[in-house]
Amino acid sequence: MSWLTRFVNAMNPDRARRELEEELNSHIEEAVRHGRSPDEARRAFGAALRHQDESSDVRILPWLESLVSDIRFGLRQLAKRRGVSAAAILSLALAAGAVTGVFRLVEAIILRPLPINSPEKLHYAEIWARDREGKPSVQDDFDYPHFQRYRDLLKTQADLLLLAYSARQELILPGAEQPERFHRQYVSGNVFPIFGLKPAAGRLLTPEDDIKPGGHPVAVISHHYWTRRFGRDPAAIGKTFRYGKHVYEIVGVAPEGFVGTEPGVMADAFLPSVMNVDALDKPGWSWFRIWIRPKADVSVSTIKQRLQASLTNERREQLKDWIAGTSKERIDAHLSARVQLLPAAAGVSDLQRRFRRPLLILGILAALVLLIACANVANLRAAQNMSRARELAVRASIGAGRGRLVQLALVESALIAILASVIGTVFAWFSVPYVVSLLTPEENPVLLVLDADWSLLAFVSTLALVITFLFGFAPAVRASSLQPANVLKGGEDPRSHQRFINSLLGVQVAFCMTVLFVAGLLVSSFARLVHQPLGFVADNLLVISTETPRKTAGDSWTQSARQLRQFAGVESSAVSGWALMSGNRWTVAVRNNGIVSEVSPVALDISPGFFATMRIPFLGGRDFRPGDRQPNLDEDQRPTPGTAIVNEALARMWFKGDSPVGKSLEVYVSKDLVATVEIVGYVGDARYRNLRDPIYPTLYVPFEDRGNASFLLRSQPGRPLDPSYLRSEIPRVLPGSRVRNVLSQTALVNQHSIRERLLATLAVFFTAVALILAGMGLYGVLTYSVIRRRREIGIRMALGARSQDVVCRVALQVALPLLLGSLTGIAGGLAIERPIRALLFETKGAEAGMLVLPALALLLVAVAAALPPVTQAARVDPARTLRAD
Amino acid sequence: MAKNDNLQGSLELLVLKILSTRPRLHGYGILNAIQVLSEDILRVEEGSLYPALHRMEETGLIKGQWVPQESGRRLRGYELTQRGEEYLKSEEIRWTTVAGAVQRILKFA
Repeated sequence: MSWLTRFVNAMNPDRARRELEEELNSHIEEAVRHGRSPDEARRAFGAALRHQDESSDVRILPWLESLVSDIRFGLRQLAKRRGVSAAAILSLALAAGAVTGVFRLVEAIILRPLPINSPEKLHYAEIWARDREGKPSVQDDFDYPHFQRYRDLLKTQADLLLLAYSARQELILPGAEQPERFHRQYVSGNVFPIFGLKPAAGRLLTPEDDIKPGGHPVAVISHHYWTRRFGRDPAAIGKTFRYGKHVYEIVGVAPEGFVGTEPGVMADAFLPSVMNVDALDKPGWSWFRIWIRPKADVSVSTIKQRLQASLTNERREQLKDWIAGTSKERIDAHLSARVQLLPAAAGVSDLQRRFRRPLLILGILAALVLLIACANVANLRAAQNMSRARELAVRASIGAGRGRLVQLALVESALIAILASVIGTVFAWFSVPYVVSLLTPEENPVLLVLDADWSLLAFVSTLALVITFLFGFAPAVRASSLQPANVLKGGEDPRSHQRFINSLLGVQVAFCMTVLFVAGLLVSSFARLVHQPLGFVADNLLVISTETPRKTAGDSWTQSARQLRQFAGVESSAVSGWALMSGNRWTVAVRNNGIVSEVSPVALDISPGFFATMRIPFLGGRDFRPGDRQPNLDEDQRPTPGTAIVNEALARMWFKGDSPVGKSLEVYVSKDLVATVEIVGYVGDARYRNLRDPIYPTLYVPFEDRGNASFLLRSQPGRPLDPSYLRSEIPRVLPGSRVRNVLSQTALVNQHSIRERLLATLAVFFTAVALILAGMGLYGVLTYSVIRRRREIGIRMALGARSQDVVCRVALQVALPLLLGSLTGIAGGLAIERPIRALLFETKGAEAGMLVLPALALLLVAVAAALPPVTQAARVDPARTLRAD
Repeated sequence: MAKNDNLQGSLELLVLKILSTRPRLHGYGILNAIQVLSEDILRVEEGSLYPALHRMEETGLIKGQWVPQESGRRLRGYELTQRGEEYLKSEEIRWTTVAGAVQRILKFA
């Protein structure tokens, strides 16, 4: 008989028995047919049961059968306590799924090495400095002159790679009417050879493609783009496309799995760095990171020292050009720059930098929740086993060996673990993409390579199994070691068990409190951040960044803006160099009454109607009108005066809060020359760059000749404008122009609070799970306690105790763990607050609100969880209880 | 007549031998054959036969199959497997050798 047959028989013992019976019955019938009497025939079988049993035990494995019956029993038990079981399984699933999800994200964004040769040998350069207030600043972008200088400096000691920021661009492929978005990354010619990559088709870029500025219009596309856009058609090689000022030819496809060097962005095409012609000779125009691979036998620190020497020299040289009278703090800050070489094995991106700490925090929160789930499982199992002590004792006394009892308990644990694994995997599968979608606005979605697949299931299952066996096993073993006689007599359980459960409860409460506290910090930080007044109205405002091939006169731009106002649905329009909150910044040095100002205001060039469109209130003076000029230098390098409008912050800083209209400032238009600026208008403060910085003193100047600008269109509420219509109309209004991007102002504002939003959203989720878990733990402990002490309660009540006394007694025993746990939890929370202070905004842990609210929440949950068992205790009928035993 | 419980080892031999010439014989048939072929000297109890049959099926010496009858009933018939045939050959030799030895001693002791 094969093992399969045995297994099948074990699964369906009834069928095996029936077949046996059938065989024996047909034997009897044969005998009868051949002449024997039925009675004798039947008697000849003797103890049919014994035969059947002997025969059937041969056909079925006893162990397998007991396992099956244990599984059935376990499922029935779970179904009986549907609520508690569901809560245990669900919370374990959520906790395991959450931890897995966070781990996957961390792996995808921070840990996973790039699919290239020897990623551990690669480093990238950062310059760390302090600004004049002592705040650290980090810079990892460089300009081409610096790249050339460092490359020559380190020629024999290291390979320098140029890896530009992947930017989303629009290009028009031949045959397409609409421009499409694609991500391009400029790379130096040595990148592909050093990475050791082989093309999937065609060829890859080489150093020979990176020599003459503008002379190598070739491109390598990524495998992912090749699949998506060309369907892996080999004929894609040789196709051309127009981008910027050149027509590029596709010469090859990068290997599958290589999508650039910035986690969170998938590059579609790689272009030689010398094709970014305009940027090559412009110091100050930084557009890439520098990666370094030391040659054999050269240490990283040697390279760092050489770079540092070069940097320090350069900075000292720069000081000679500085305006005389600059303060010592600024000079020190300038010289404080230090070169750092950091590992680049997992790629480098802004996403990584911005989310490294948040992901760590999320990991901690998830781990805490997981630990609470563990404690919960242990508690549940312990309580379950205790309440079934009698049943287990009966089983033991009729001969179930300790092994059988342990097997029973293990099976139940395994059932919980398996169910939790399945749910947890599904949860992790869906939640990770959702979290990724929270990472950036839909305009520029984060693209991550997330491994599909079995590793996810394996991870979650392992977690769930390890937890249930670790925490379900100990109680099971303990349960099986009870003396049956003791339990059946109704003897008192060892007090240590109660203490164990109570301390577990305390631990749970501590973790829960920590999660609550940290979540409170994160949520309040987010709330405070987004409630910062903007100073302008962002709703219903579209920002259309537009460019022209050559500098277009300011009047043309302004005229176009006025024409756009005629469009249906447009309430007001204007044009400015860029939009507020877009991340761009232009600072000007200013002199007032002969004193160079420490603080440089920011500037923005705007058309008339800007303030009305942005709904920034006028506090005095007038708007710009035709004829107003920017302060500048004329052809003879002499300064020409101009007009400006300033905001409150600037007025406060230089004019002590009086109206600055009619007063003037001196603005530096070159290293030494200043031009006078007459202030004609005075407006309210508006946020310029992001949500965290204070309002900058701002100098608005009239719009003049530019090659790119942003149209600002305010639409009537409820009548959103159609971006594709605008894309086609604007080139008609402003001939020769091309729309680069259409964004909503709201999106521009929101991009500055993404991290905080992510943290707040997930913190709320973790808090909910933690509270549920803690509540369940409390409920379980109290229920168990009430059941266990039912007789004691009954006796007390029979002797005259009132329900209140009983309730107090029951509730009090958990008061101590609750209190201690809460205090420990808060302490833990305060410990965590310190390292994350950088992420918080105007929120401190030691505030009353932050401490009181979590405590209240926990108290509420505790009361809710305690209510059922406590009422049960109060309703104990002494007579019935005492009679039951 | 002789209820022989100690026939266990030889019971398997007898079953195998009978099945070697009567494929797809059911339990009752085997019982009958033993009785008839031994001329009523050996009669096996059902309580010994069926456990033996199932044991032999488990160890792979015989294979059981349900045989439908015209009456609608099913009979379970057994037949030798390859392994059973080999086992039969070796057991037959062993039994004959042992029996012969016993016989010699009884004659000459």
